[in-house]
Amino acid sequence: MAPILEVRNLTHVYSAGTPFEHRAVDDMSFSVQRGEFIGIIGHTGSGKSTLMQHLNGLLKPTSGQVLLDGVDIHSDKKFTRQARFRVGLVFQYPEYQLFEETVYKDIAFGPKNMGLKAEEIDRRVREAAKLVGLTDAQLEVSPFDLSGGQKRRVAIAGVIAMEPEVLILDEPTAGLDPASRAGILENIETYRKTKNATIMMVSHSMNDVARLTERLLVLSGSKLAMDGTPAQVFTRADELLDMGLDIPDVTRVFLRLKQLGLPLEPVYTIEQAVAAVKKLKEGK
Amino acid sequence: MSAIKVEKLAYSYVGLEQGQSVKVFEDLDLEIEQGTFVAILGSNGSGKSTLAKHFNAILLPGGGKCHVYGMDTADEELLIPIRRSVGMVFQNPDNQIVANVVEEDVAFAPENLGVASPMIRHRVDNALKQVGMYHYRTHAPHLLSGGQKQRIAIAGVIAMEPRCIVLDEPTAMLDPKGRREVMETVARLNKEKGITVVLITHHMDEAAKADRVVVIHKGVVRADGRPKEVFSDIDYMHELGLAAPETVELCHELNKLGYALPLDLLESEDCAQALYNALGGN
Ligand SMILES: Nc1ncnc2c1ncn2[C@@H]1O[C@H](COP(=O)(O)OP(=O)(O)OP(=O)(O)O)[C@@H](O)[C@H]1O
Ligand SMILES: Nc1ncnc2c1ncn2[C@@H]1O[C@H](COP(=O)(O)OP(=O)(O)OP(=O)(O)O)[C@@H](O)[C@H]1O
Ligand SMILES: [Mg+2]
Ligand SMILES: [Mg+2]
Repeated sequence: MAPILEVRNLTHVYSAGTPFEHRAVDDMSFSVQRGEFIGIIGHTGSGKSTLMQHLNGLLKPTSGQVLLDGVDIHSDKKFTRQARFRVGLVFQYPEYQLFEETVYKDIAFGPKNMGLKAEEIDRRVREAAKLVGLTDAQLEVSPFDLSGGQKRRVAIAGVIAMEPEVLILDEPTAGLDPASRAGILENIETYRKTKNATIMMVSHSMNDVARLTERLLVLSGSKLAMDGTPAQVFTRADELLDMGLDIPDVTRVFLRLKQLGLPLEPVYTIEQAVAAVKKLKEGK
Repeated sequence: MSAIKVEKLAYSYVGLEQGQSVKVFEDLDLEIEQGTFVAILGSNGSGKSTLAKHFNAILLPGGGKCHVYGMDTADEELLIPIRRSVGMVFQNPDNQIVANVVEEDVAFAPENLGVASPMIRHRVDNALKQVGMYHYRTHAPHLLSGGQKQRIAIAGVIAMEPRCIVLDEPTAMLDPKGRREVMETVARLNKEKGITVVLITHHMDEAAKADRVVVIHKGVVRADGRPKEVFSDIDYMHELGLAAPETVELCHELNKLGYALPLDLLESEDCAQALYNALGGN
């Protein structure tokens, strides 16, 4: 099947010709199939946010290409504009996205720009708000009067309300409490399934990406260092630690159990850990 | 001696429109001893940042009192000594950037609080090295990545050398290594220099490193104790929208299979040993 997104030899250089010139993305290539849930991990400054901002055409490559459904995102202005709606990007800092007087208007901003009818906008705003756990009362307040975690919910809802085919989330769970983090991630997974949407999630939580994604892109020093399933990636524990990353906590516990001599396969999530223990018990 | 003492605190945000107000605290008591490392947990909107802003007089009590090192935060005359005693790292580092060059940004607070210039140079360099950002000292802070900005904000408070540091989700944007380094730096400041640390976080494994965990829910303290005590009541934590560190969550799930693992194993090594014994490994 033709990929929904294709990144070809993408390179981005910031502040070219100044003392702060920095090659933030260096010759990256990969493609993304419709319906995939991909996690992006990498150390601070490895180029994750820069890469993500290319995928909806917000940044222009210094060289290389991003293709959406086989067409270069920058091939013509109209297509670039459409790409902003088809590929929704939730920024790392939600404040960058909030500017209207009420939460409702903020979430409605995207759908309104798309030229949708009033009832359709209303339906989408309420659905998106529900998905991120915002109450009806919160829709009427100013987004600036919200707590940090509440602002993040508004930012996520604002992009989901556009019902993008590809949803890109840059650190969506930073600042969310554990229960809402689990709840919102579950709802995003439901969104993917019901809409056959593609999700790309940047995260520093190894536990979260292990639990949710089917594929991980690992960035290091502006390069794409690994591209594989969580199982493939997390078996390379030493390399990950060298890159400033980590393995999930349960993985560490089970590696230790294996070292101690128990016949256990590696696990990456609590669910897998419970299944492995069950199997071990039954095998006895 | 208490570093921070909050008594019968009441606070409401008053909205732009008349009559609209959000009540955050009605009657909160909390005392933090000098030299301790305290983590504050609570679900989104529970009042953590609002409380923290009382600790260095950014917000003033609507009712009750807040004293830092014996100084009443409502006394305007004491504002400078209060700010010198309690340094704060805000939730969003962007709101904290004040200069166009990293080292000037880090020097801003100590300069304003009257630290002598030759000292400042030394402190700034030292603070930037501690957070691994010395190399970026001449860069423009607003052009840094999310995690790099967060490190700069932390360097700013380290350079101040206050008696008490309040960090509002300082590691939210950091990679695992960065988080570990910040936690080590904070622990070192606490252990070696006796600096009081108040850490607001949504990372349960970070809270596990504190001497004391305080859980706030809807403006009320609902749990307060050693990390092992607080986290082992895992059902209560879940009820409050929180969790326990992954190792405790794992033991909790395994106990549903009929094991009786203790729920206070916060380190993966301890968790592995207990599991090894339970699975009949020895
Ligand atoms: N406008 C700019 N000019 C110069 N350098 C920049 C600019 N914007 C970003 N950079 C640099 O590019 C690199 C990559 O930044 P990016 O924001 O993509 O990192 P990241 O992987 O998202 O990091 P984090 O995990 O901290 O968010 C960083 O070293 C950053 O300092
Ligand atoms: N400037 C403001 N004006 C009005 N209400 C506010 C303002 N700031 C916060 N609030 C409200 O006060 C309550 C407590 O907010 P606070 O920021 O203290 O929460 P928090 O515990 O820090 O949450 P988070 O984990 O999301 O950062 C929330 O209900 C929030 O909506
Ligand atoms: Mg980033
Ligand atoms: Mg807060």
